[in-house]
Amino acid sequence: MTNLDKEALLGAYRRMKTIREFEERLHLEIQQGQIAGFTHLYSGQEAVAVGVCDHLSDDDLIASTHRGHGHCIAKGCDVIGMMKEIYGRADGLCNGKGGSMHIADFDKGMLGANAIVGGGPPLATGAAIATRNAGKGHITVSFGGDGSCNQGTVFEAMNLAVVLKLPTIFVFEDNGYSEHTGVSYAVGSKDIASRCRGFGMPAAKVNGDDYFDVYDAMGEAVVRARSGQGPSALECTTTRFFGHFEGDPQRYRAKGEVEEHRENRDCLKIFAARVVREGTLSADELAAVDAEVLALIDRAVGEAQAAPPPSIDELTTDVYSSY
Amino acid sequence: MTETTFRQALNDALFEEMRRDDRVIILGEDVSGGAGGSSGERDASGGIFGVSKGLIFEFGEDRVIDTPISESAIIGAGAGAALAGLRPISEIMFADFVGVCMDQIYNQAAKFRYMFGGKASCPLVIRTAMGAGMNMGAQHSQTIYPILTGVPGLKIVVPSNAADAKGLLKTAIRDDDPVVFFEHKALYNRKAEVPEGEHLVPFGEAAMPREGDDCTVIAIGRMVVFAEKAIDGLSESGISCDLIDPRTLSPLDTETIFESLEHTGRLVIVDESPPRCSAASDIAGIVASEAFGSLRAPIKLVTAPHAPVPFARELERAYMPGPGDIAAAIEEVVRG
Repeated sequence: MTNLDKEALLGAYRRMKTIREFEERLHLEIQQGQIAGFTHLYSGQEAVAVGVCDHLSDDDLIASTHRGHGHCIAKGCDVIGMMKEIYGRADGLCNGKGGSMHIADFDKGMLGANAIVGGGPPLATGAAIATRNAGKGHITVSFGGDGSCNQGTVFEAMNLAVVLKLPTIFVFEDNGYSEHTGVSYAVGSKDIASRCRGFGMPAAKVNGDDYFDVYDAMGEAVVRARSGQGPSALECTTTRFFGHFEGDPQRYRAKGEVEEHRENRDCLKIFAARVVREGTLSADELAAVDAEVLALIDRAVGEAQAAPPPSIDELTTDVYSSY
Repeated sequence: MTETTFRQALNDALFEEMRRDDRVIILGEDVSGGAGGSSGERDASGGIFGVSKGLIFEFGEDRVIDTPISESAIIGAGAGAALAGLRPISEIMFADFVGVCMDQIYNQAAKFRYMFGGKASCPLVIRTAMGAGMNMGAQHSQTIYPILTGVPGLKIVVPSNAADAKGLLKTAIRDDDPVVFFEHKALYNRKAEVPEGEHLVPFGEAAMPREGDDCTVIAIGRMVVFAEKAIDGLSESGISCDLIDPRTLSPLDTETIFESLEHTGRLVIVDESPPRCSAASDIAGIVASEAFGSLRAPIKLVTAPHAPVPFARELERAYMPGPGDIAAAIEEVVRG
């Protein structure tokens, strides 16, 4: 039995479901040529973003990745504003200047998705200097994929966080593939968690398909960070249901792998099965959330499609704060 | 006015701004120095050139942060702290090391404001020492400001004297955009009169330390010192020059340059960097496309050669533009 109350469980399910439907819908919109550019979908990894962010308030900060939609939704970013941003619309969360890989919402403590693998962890470390100096117990989370664990910037950030004893949690989402290359090939150490321990911080390795596993491990790291005991790491083993980017033919994956994962490793199914089995939520309650989420995503797509593009006058605004 | 070294002027600016605003922090390799050393002495270096000397004792370890040798983390942590409300000064010991952390400068800090639709600001100052003349070889001697001047979102400051160093650093710390502040190593011990009290120098306003009629000379950083020498030496032969010190390469005060050219009609640009895609060639391009009508002679560039900075004294002396090179260039454009 989980200690989480009904409201918390419904909220967690709603956030995971919102991410899933947001991404599945984007997949369709992209296939129909509605959205330009590179999009990296988070479907399959929802339990990680939500299990982590359910411990955070708007004053806690996260640095995200190129596969950032899930982190945004989990952190409370407005879904309609996100959809408009991905559509490149004037009133998107970043006024259409960022796009899928550069969504940020500072009111929600979302410091930005990041199109550079390994770009975010140094930023999270610095943000942690700010929260530490403010002395209010707020923390920062650095999200990264398995690919990011091989970047020098990430090594530098982890070491600095340990040296300065910063309130940072490094979350690594191992979805099996660094772009088109398997983790078993690209990560030379036994796993990511053991590498993090080598930097001098505790690291847990959890089943990233299971919200409760992620939530519990994150809880321990959060207590440590908020009480000034320094950084921790979390390695979450998970899977992605789509390619590295939309349009990726995924020739590196065995036939049937995705289907098998959708059947047996779907974090939403795993969550639903458990809460229904334990009697904390009913199938009807979950179905009601599903309907609300689908309506929200429909509305987001409708509003995004109807919204105007940015004015050409905006081309050279906001390069600087002052000129 | 007080006679102060370039180093002391920068140190004064840091003390003043850190006292004024407790959001200002400084981080970098050995900004204090001595942490973990066997002597137990803190502030063992105070910055490798002594610019941040004494800060640790007044502001403590939360605001004066000695980092590991991790340039990407130094810039990234500065940029992240800036996004989260601080006003960090990240020190990169030698400008050459920018190569190690370029992503955090030009993909991260420089682009936040634009990418995030104007909803972010990144008040980060990157202080870094640059320049040849001390036999430090190819990887500790470059003047790499041209590489960063072309990056939208960054402001680029290259002071030539102690007064400007102080006033520009204070402005940089108060500015809401990422600023890269280049300090020429050969200037640290140079003294100049620095105004007493609060002294701020705005960005985008060139200084004109010499005024004349025959030629406009634009010089950057330490080259201003050499250009002054060259121009003063030419006064006996009846040649007088406007000398423009842009002080900030981005934003660039083109107005002062164009006004001067209307008067003199001739232009010499002096830059310690190699000539291709340099500050000199950049300014020459702007003048050629926007003020060609003012020119009565071809623009002359005085730069280092297209080569890395050499080690041997004789070679390094030949590498650096000197007062003689500048005087010869001025005479060439004036006498035709």
